[in-house]
Amino acid sequence: MNNPIVYDLMAARPEILVLTMAMVILLVDLFLSERHRYVGYVLSQLTLLGSAILTVATHTPGVAYVFNGMFVDDPMADVLKLMMSLATSVVLVYSRSYIATRGMYRGEFFALVLFALLGMMIMVSGSHFLTLYMGLELLSLSMYALVALDRDNPRATEAAMKYFVLGALASGMLLYGMSMIYGATGALELGQVRNALMSGQPDHAVLILGLVFVVAGLAFKIGAVPFQMWVPDVYHGSPTAVTLLIGSVPKFAAFAFFMRLLIQGLEPLGIDWQGMLIIMAVLSISIGNITAIAQTNIKRMLAYSTISHVGFLLFGFLAVGPNGYTSAMFYISAYVLMTLGAFGILLLLSRQGFEAEHLDDLKGLNQRSPWYAFIMLLLMFSMAGVPPTLGFYAKFTVLQAALQAGFVGLVIFAVLMAVIGAFYYLRVVKLMYFDEPIDQTPIKPQADVAFVLSVNGLLVLLIGLMPEWLMELCAYAIAQSIQ
Amino acid sequence: MLDNHILSLSIWVPILAGILVLFTGSDKNATLARWIALAGSVAGFLVTLPLYTRFDRADGDFQFQEGFDWIPSFNIHYHLGADGIAVPLILLTSFITVIVVLAGWEVIQKRVAQYMAAFLIMSGLMIGVFTALDAVLFYVFWEAMLIPMFLVIGVWGGPNRVYATIKFFLYTLLGSLLMLVAFIYLFHHTHSFEIVDYYMLPIPMEVQILIFMAFFMAFAVKIPMWPVHTWLPDAHVEAPTGGSVVLAAIMLKLGAYGFLRFAMPIAPDAAHYLSGFMITLSLIAVVYIALVALVQQDMKKLIAYSSISHMGFVTLGMFIFNPLGMEGGIVQMISHGFVSGALFLCVGVLYDRMHSRQIADYGGVVNTMPTFAAFAVLFAMANAGLPGTSGFVGEFMVILGALQQDFWYAFLAATTLIFGAAYTLWMVKRVFYGDIGNAHVAALKDVNRREFLILAILAAMTLGFGLYPAPLTEITHATVTQLLSHLAQSKLPGTI
Repeated sequence: MNNPIVYDLMAARPEILVLTMAMVILLVDLFLSERHRYVGYVLSQLTLLGSAILTVATHTPGVAYVFNGMFVDDPMADVLKLMMSLATSVVLVYSRSYIATRGMYRGEFFALVLFALLGMMIMVSGSHFLTLYMGLELLSLSMYALVALDRDNPRATEAAMKYFVLGALASGMLLYGMSMIYGATGALELGQVRNALMSGQPDHAVLILGLVFVVAGLAFKIGAVPFQMWVPDVYHGSPTAVTLLIGSVPKFAAFAFFMRLLIQGLEPLGIDWQGMLIIMAVLSISIGNITAIAQTNIKRMLAYSTISHVGFLLFGFLAVGPNGYTSAMFYISAYVLMTLGAFGILLLLSRQGFEAEHLDDLKGLNQRSPWYAFIMLLLMFSMAGVPPTLGFYAKFTVLQAALQAGFVGLVIFAVLMAVIGAFYYLRVVKLMYFDEPIDQTPIKPQADVAFVLSVNGLLVLLIGLMPEWLMELCAYAIAQSIQ
Repeated sequence: MLDNHILSLSIWVPILAGILVLFTGSDKNATLARWIALAGSVAGFLVTLPLYTRFDRADGDFQFQEGFDWIPSFNIHYHLGADGIAVPLILLTSFITVIVVLAGWEVIQKRVAQYMAAFLIMSGLMIGVFTALDAVLFYVFWEAMLIPMFLVIGVWGGPNRVYATIKFFLYTLLGSLLMLVAFIYLFHHTHSFEIVDYYMLPIPMEVQILIFMAFFMAFAVKIPMWPVHTWLPDAHVEAPTGGSVVLAAIMLKLGAYGFLRFAMPIAPDAAHYLSGFMITLSLIAVVYIALVALVQQDMKKLIAYSSISHMGFVTLGMFIFNPLGMEGGIVQMISHGFVSGALFLCVGVLYDRMHSRQIADYGGVVNTMPTFAAFAVLFAMANAGLPGTSGFVGEFMVILGALQQDFWYAFLAATTLIFGAAYTLWMVKRVFYGDIGNAHVAALKDVNRREFLILAILAAMTLGFGLYPAPLTEITHATVTQLLSHLAQSKLPGTI
């Protein structure tokens, strides 16, 4: 432990495990016959379990900067890494039979998922512009490849191309913005950037220019209006299993990215970026909710719903202060749990040669399977923010943070938009409960999917009844990490 | 030990029974589902009875209080309690639930378990609304209640059910969310979600008006007051009989209860300031909506409009700020619960046989269904406010209360005795009397034993409260007195 390199490496044990295993899986896969493809799946699940356990076991309430301040191990990073590992594991459970019937049940899939996770973990722990950027690129490149993995599918290839071109543009903007800020402050490490900003020395004009590019890049990655164009197309075009991944776990990383860059690095410019976030939040909530109404494809509908949720998430950042960040973290945790479940249901309804992606595919679900219809009902009401589900507390915490910060008008606007949003979630419930089924194929999930999906759905209700522990967890993570 | 948890039992017994009913699964076990539902609703009614027998009538404060820390991060408590306004409404809720389960016994053949479970769970949630003393807890019950009602109208409703149920849900949600904003505002000033803490908080006039309007949006929609009433006729027409009964008998009361529990005591100065506005809206409901009811062709729509008109009496009674008016309003709430519920059941009885709610499709029903006609005429008379029925007591008290305030309020309110009689009796005449309208009516069979039992119980309640309302007023009296003395004190900063 006295050796500084060892000390540095110890802080990154979960990342090292994921990296090693991703390469091991890639290698092992070369020697597997078609019949033994499950080995890759099992190894990935073990890796995710290991990374979750390692994260918990090595957790300390303190903040440790390692690798010359490029990497930080703090409670927020630990909590997020734990959640990401678990969420990725759930993604794999839901995806297994879907990818198996579509020729994607191969080592590449698992290795890419693990590399994406590694990228996200680095983003979560990055405390330096370069680390953050590297993590983001590792995530993005893995995602581009995952979207295109079903290479004979023209829609997926188109989505991948679009994702790649626009994603590269956003990365470029982000990098350009970072370079401007580096030019003005002479620092790349977040703490030093912050100190330089606090000193008031750097040229404000250059900083603002850099900040605009950074915020635009961030907005692009998280899918906030007016940088949302890729979201519906990519959600729609990707194989549903990949949409599930894109829609869920990276949102944790995006949250951390906001926290690290805007809060830990650029908080002294808060007045400047707050204005930008307000515009993005308002536009995201309204355009996301209104456009979602017009969708007939449920993947696109959920994409627009994501955009509106991002708007709500930004409210948490508007309320500068631990209360706001805690609420944003709570919101994102709730959001990921709901998204996992919603796409889990879509994967459940898909089978060989059939993609459940139209709203009409949900018709009469209550008659085909009352239990999964009930799970989807919970998820939809939760997304609409109706108590006693988790989604209500997510909206509640964010709105109270924004109200505390004095944004009364914005809160009332958001509330009105939430009513509009409720309509398209209700429509899903209407299709499931009020209409007769078109498709009569029996729904027979494997035991693990049935179990995880049921737990996922019930958690939305149970955490809704007892939200305290999740709120405390988020409050703890933020309080210990953000000074 | 259970003695201290009467309110929790009142909430959770029906909800757990509802979940149990769901486990009976498909319609193969429909009979089992019905019996469990009946047992659950009767148990739910029995656990609420001690609220009446053990209630200290001299105490106007919250009784049977219980609670624990629920979400300490936001200082939210699971805190229950019931005062003299809540207790009658809780009993009404648990009682009506038994009636509704019985009313759906044979009529509902499709997804029986889900139907019964929805009503049981709804019953628990509505009792939760009446007993919550924590704003967030109240809000959770208030909104959660929408989910089963949304499904009841949507799954078992009429042809236009989807439109009606989504309208119902969105209307209510819009109002509720503004109320939530008001709660959060109050939280930031008191660091508490305890309703009682809000009663003590001094609030400037402009803010009081905004808070009052936020509550108004939530509660006026629910009552519903003119001009935000348009969801109600749609919802009533499309809902199955049980849904209409619960809507009319209980859900409408939630709005009036909300005014008494939140809007008026939290913002009393705004309530006084806006009382003219509220009274105007109430009188428009009483007079104009009664005229609208007169021209309805559909029996359910007619009773729905009559409900709006009667609820106008309740809000009128509350906003003239005197004991007679307020107690009259509460009596009217309970009475309307029985009478409107019974009328919707009567329409249900006819609809089950004829599959029509159009007045024009009937005529001379008394010839083929004499027993049923006797009940229906009784309830119609109660609806019109005939002395000796419970409908008379509340209306009379409110009119007397209004007279103390202003002659013209009382005058306009009293027109209901004419209009109410007109639309009700005209409907009765066209449906029940005269010659037998057509061959379908000639083939009608009178009520069976189950229907007779339900209607007889409701008839007994209607007459009972009409002749001897004291058991109700003695429970509410202390609370109303206390509430009015609270309302008489200004809450503007500097005055307390």
